[in-house]
Amino acid sequence: MDVVGFVADPLAYTFMQRGLVAAILIGIVCAVMGTFVVLKGLAFIGDAVSHAAFPGLVIAFMLGWPLYLGGAIASVGTALAIGFVSRRGRLRFDTTVGVLFAGTFALGILLFSTIKNYVADLLGYLLGNVLGIGIGDLVQVAVLGAVVLVIVIAIRKELLYATFDPLGAAASGLPVAGLEYLLLALLGVTIVVSIQAVGIVMVVAMLVTPAATAQLLVVRFERLMILAAALATVAAVSGLYISFYANLASGASIVLIETLFFLVALVLGPRTGLLSNRAARRVAAAEAH
Amino acid sequence: MIDHVTAGYGPVVALADVSLTVRAGALLAVIGPNGAGKSTLLKLIAGLLKPDSGAITVLGAAPGVQAHAVAYVPQAEAVDWDFPVTVGEVAMMGRYARLGFGRWPGRRDHEIVDAALAKVGMAGQVDRQVGALSGGQRRRVFLAKAIAAEPELYLLDEPVTGVDATTQEELMDVLEAEARAGKTVIASTHDLMNAAQRFHEVAFVNGRIVATGPASLVLDRDLLSDTYGGHVLVLPGDTDHLFLDDAHHHDQAPGGEPHFHEGGR
Repeated sequence: MDVVGFVADPLAYTFMQRGLVAAILIGIVCAVMGTFVVLKGLAFIGDAVSHAAFPGLVIAFMLGWPLYLGGAIASVGTALAIGFVSRRGRLRFDTTVGVLFAGTFALGILLFSTIKNYVADLLGYLLGNVLGIGIGDLVQVAVLGAVVLVIVIAIRKELLYATFDPLGAAASGLPVAGLEYLLLALLGVTIVVSIQAVGIVMVVAMLVTPAATAQLLVVRFERLMILAAALATVAAVSGLYISFYANLASGASIVLIETLFFLVALVLGPRTGLLSNRAARRVAAAEAH
Repeated sequence: MIDHVTAGYGPVVALADVSLTVRAGALLAVIGPNGAGKSTLLKLIAGLLKPDSGAITVLGAAPGVQAHAVAYVPQAEAVDWDFPVTVGEVAMMGRYARLGFGRWPGRRDHEIVDAALAKVGMAGQVDRQVGALSGGQRRRVFLAKAIAAEPELYLLDEPVTGVDATTQEELMDVLEAEARAGKTVIASTHDLMNAAQRFHEVAFVNGRIVATGPASLVLDRDLLSDTYGGHVLVLPGDTDHLFLDDAHHHDQAPGGEPHFHEGGR
């Protein structure tokens, strides 16, 4: 098969066109939000929030509401609740998140088990299937993703300062608490949008892995954000093509490509790379003289 | 400035019935043992912590109202040094609050940041990641960030703790110049000799304000033992040398061996 055909043939299918657009959009939004998730150490919260979306989806299904709406209410609500508890709570933070995480997901499973018929829609949210995305869902992904991106990019300097030096930022007059709640709410929206593509279980990888990979490679904040988005885009496209040709699960393919990038950066990257550490030490030794 | 203020964290009272007035242009060292409430005092003035009772006035208003004119530098431990930011990016953060939402640094901001970095001796290192810097260089960059904010009031939590003697002297030169220019500088420090030699005024803190006055008060052994609870040895006739009995870990029982304190650690 020639190269042009290899790239172009799958695009003849509507499901592949939609899937590609959705996967790239979701990849970029997740990577940009993921920059803050990684820098603020919110990975575990991301996982908790995505699992908390499940009862929201199930309840929305039972009530006949749009599934997105239920998921959004549950995940944004949980994200904000976690933020509130972390500011007020007496318990260790990860303990509280762990309790919420398992509790909300169990509620989702419990409610799910009360539904008599097999519900493929809801199961799809657990593992995700970006190739099955409908045009209505795609529009929702595009609109919500664009809103998140525009907000984050518009206030990135304030988010950066509040994340790096929260005390200094607050003392200089930035609304640090407000920014944190806003970031958590946007995280909730991002997760709901992404669940469609990679499912509840793997959303956290889309958030964390590209930014973590980029952090191994660059030391400037804005380059980190751009590189994370670029890595996510490449992973989305190559993951979907692999999924198409090898007939593999699409979400898992994307996540595994991202994981592969991370491992390569870990081994070869200039900051942590096993190969370059020796070279870096030589440079440092030379500078010290 | 601070009138009968009591503050703390949850049920813990860190400062009780504290009153303190600092004049504009002061170069004030806040000294006292660990857990004495030095950081709490700075956070109260910065508006980061609300007092349980009492009133605080900062630059003629409640704390936080004049936030743009206040530069607060936290202890080095409060910052994640693996963060992917460069020296130039950190110094520019000092401009962010003045810039406001949706506005981006212009030429004037870059000039101010460059000048601030030059003042602290970090001009040639704009593109280095903060994590790659030494402890002293990190304190220099954070002071540059504070200077770039063009504040009226500096609140510095342990600005010269854990840095080498050269850095300490150079940072103190910068602070002295800022005070001479009419800016108010309030800094906490562990280092009694630094407080005595380089600051103009001192406030002794240990859950309360024990005393305030000119920096020479540091050499008053009664005040020292009031503040440090008797774990101070002053060698007779040798006012340049103070022995503190483990002031750094004063919360625990004093360690066996006293250790020596003088410029740096």
